[in-house]
Amino acid sequence: MDNLKIITVSQLTFEIKRLLEENFQNVSLIGEISNFKPHVSGHWYFSLKDAEAQISCTMWKGVNSAVFFTPQDGMKIVVTGKVTVYPPRGNYQLDVRSMKPAGIGELQLNFELLKERLKKEGLFDAERKRPIPNLPMKIGIATAIDGAAFRDMVSVAGRRFPLVELVVIPTSVQGVGAAESIVDSIKALNKVPEIELIIIGRGGGSIEDLWAFNEEIVARAVYNSRIPVISAVGHEVDFTISDFVADVRAATPTAAMELATVDMWELIKNINSTIGYLGESLTKRLKDERNRIKYFIQSYASRVPESLINTNRQRLDHTTYRLTTGLENRLEKTKSNLLLRIKALENHDLSKTLKKGFVIVRQNGKAVYRAKKLEWGNPFSMRFFDNQIEINYYEKE
Amino acid sequence: MKKNEKKSFRDMISRLEEITELLESNKIELEDSIQLYEEGIAISTDCITSLKEAELKITELKNKLADISQEESAK
Repeated sequence: MDNLKIITVSQLTFEIKRLLEENFQNVSLIGEISNFKPHVSGHWYFSLKDAEAQISCTMWKGVNSAVFFTPQDGMKIVVTGKVTVYPPRGNYQLDVRSMKPAGIGELQLNFELLKERLKKEGLFDAERKRPIPNLPMKIGIATAIDGAAFRDMVSVAGRRFPLVELVVIPTSVQGVGAAESIVDSIKALNKVPEIELIIIGRGGGSIEDLWAFNEEIVARAVYNSRIPVISAVGHEVDFTISDFVADVRAATPTAAMELATVDMWELIKNINSTIGYLGESLTKRLKDERNRIKYFIQSYASRVPESLINTNRQRLDHTTYRLTTGLENRLEKTKSNLLLRIKALENHDLSKTLKKGFVIVRQNGKAVYRAKKLEWGNPFSMRFFDNQIEINYYEKE
Repeated sequence: MKKNEKKSFRDMISRLEEITELLESNKIELEDSIQLYEEGIAISTDCITSLKEAELKITELKNKLADISQEESAK
């Protein structure tokens, strides 16, 4: 023992450091995450373990931003990195360069863990879900602006209810920073006045592509949205955490826009049948009035001398006839007038005609069809396809 | 379509519902009910016109929270 060379702690430690760091510059390691701690600085600290052992790991801010999922304790992952030794503490750790789930099943597990946790917290509660508004005139959309999802939504809105305004925030929906981008868009849309509904979503893709919608921060942003949210991610079979938190889940972006808008042709049909119904109830009203007058005459007749009745009966009958038929004629006229106008509207696509270069001149709220009908000296307006011009002052040549 | 025109579209629909209820109630004078009916017809014609003439408006918010640059396109 005596002839053993004595060295310092530092000497030993630096020798260990050299040995370890030279030999383990590139290690791929499989293990289960435990004690995962994302620090406010952006760095991640955690341990990787199996049944027999564990190793401390760090993953620095700029590096971990490339990981598409948020790690959770219990998840099995594969990491690649190098072993480093920190002499002041005399410990060693793995400096992680890349991280991926050990398998798709691991992502599924991660999904289930988060789902269970948020469910317990009440984020999915049915009582919390708000109805989507009846006839929203302004809808906010968070999705990729060049994606199929947005194209689909625009075409559905244009076909079903073109009176609606779509406010879109171009949003990154997959890959690095996607979850943050979705959160930012939801927050921003909440600040836009008059938006009554928000749709978040994207088209189909792999489980990794859709992963941003499974992130806790997205779930919380949806939960905290002042405005009702429809979540429409991927295809019919894809369920994400945001689907569970959202007020309504739509199977696809197309379905989301169909839920959000009413069909204008359906609406027009309803309006027309309402008018028809109003006409009918008015006709019935007229009939009732006529019966009442008849009844009145009859009961009155039983109480006055017959001579007086005979003198006046004819006059009353005549008056009643004039009153009711007069109203009925007016009703019929208005009704057929409406039908004509609706017909004219259907046969005549005004905007197409205007597009060709025709102009509509209006005065006193009416279209002027003939030059001689124009009242000189009074203001009039000219409606072009793209705009309307008001003319207030001019001189006749 | 201007914004206030859009707003009034929903107002027009609710007025139409109101008229329907009023006419159903039978509590108004006959002459008034004719007038309401005519108003109903005028409103529904306006509704149908604005629906058929509408062009979808798309506003793109480029810079997140503050900078609301509007970009309109007809589809």
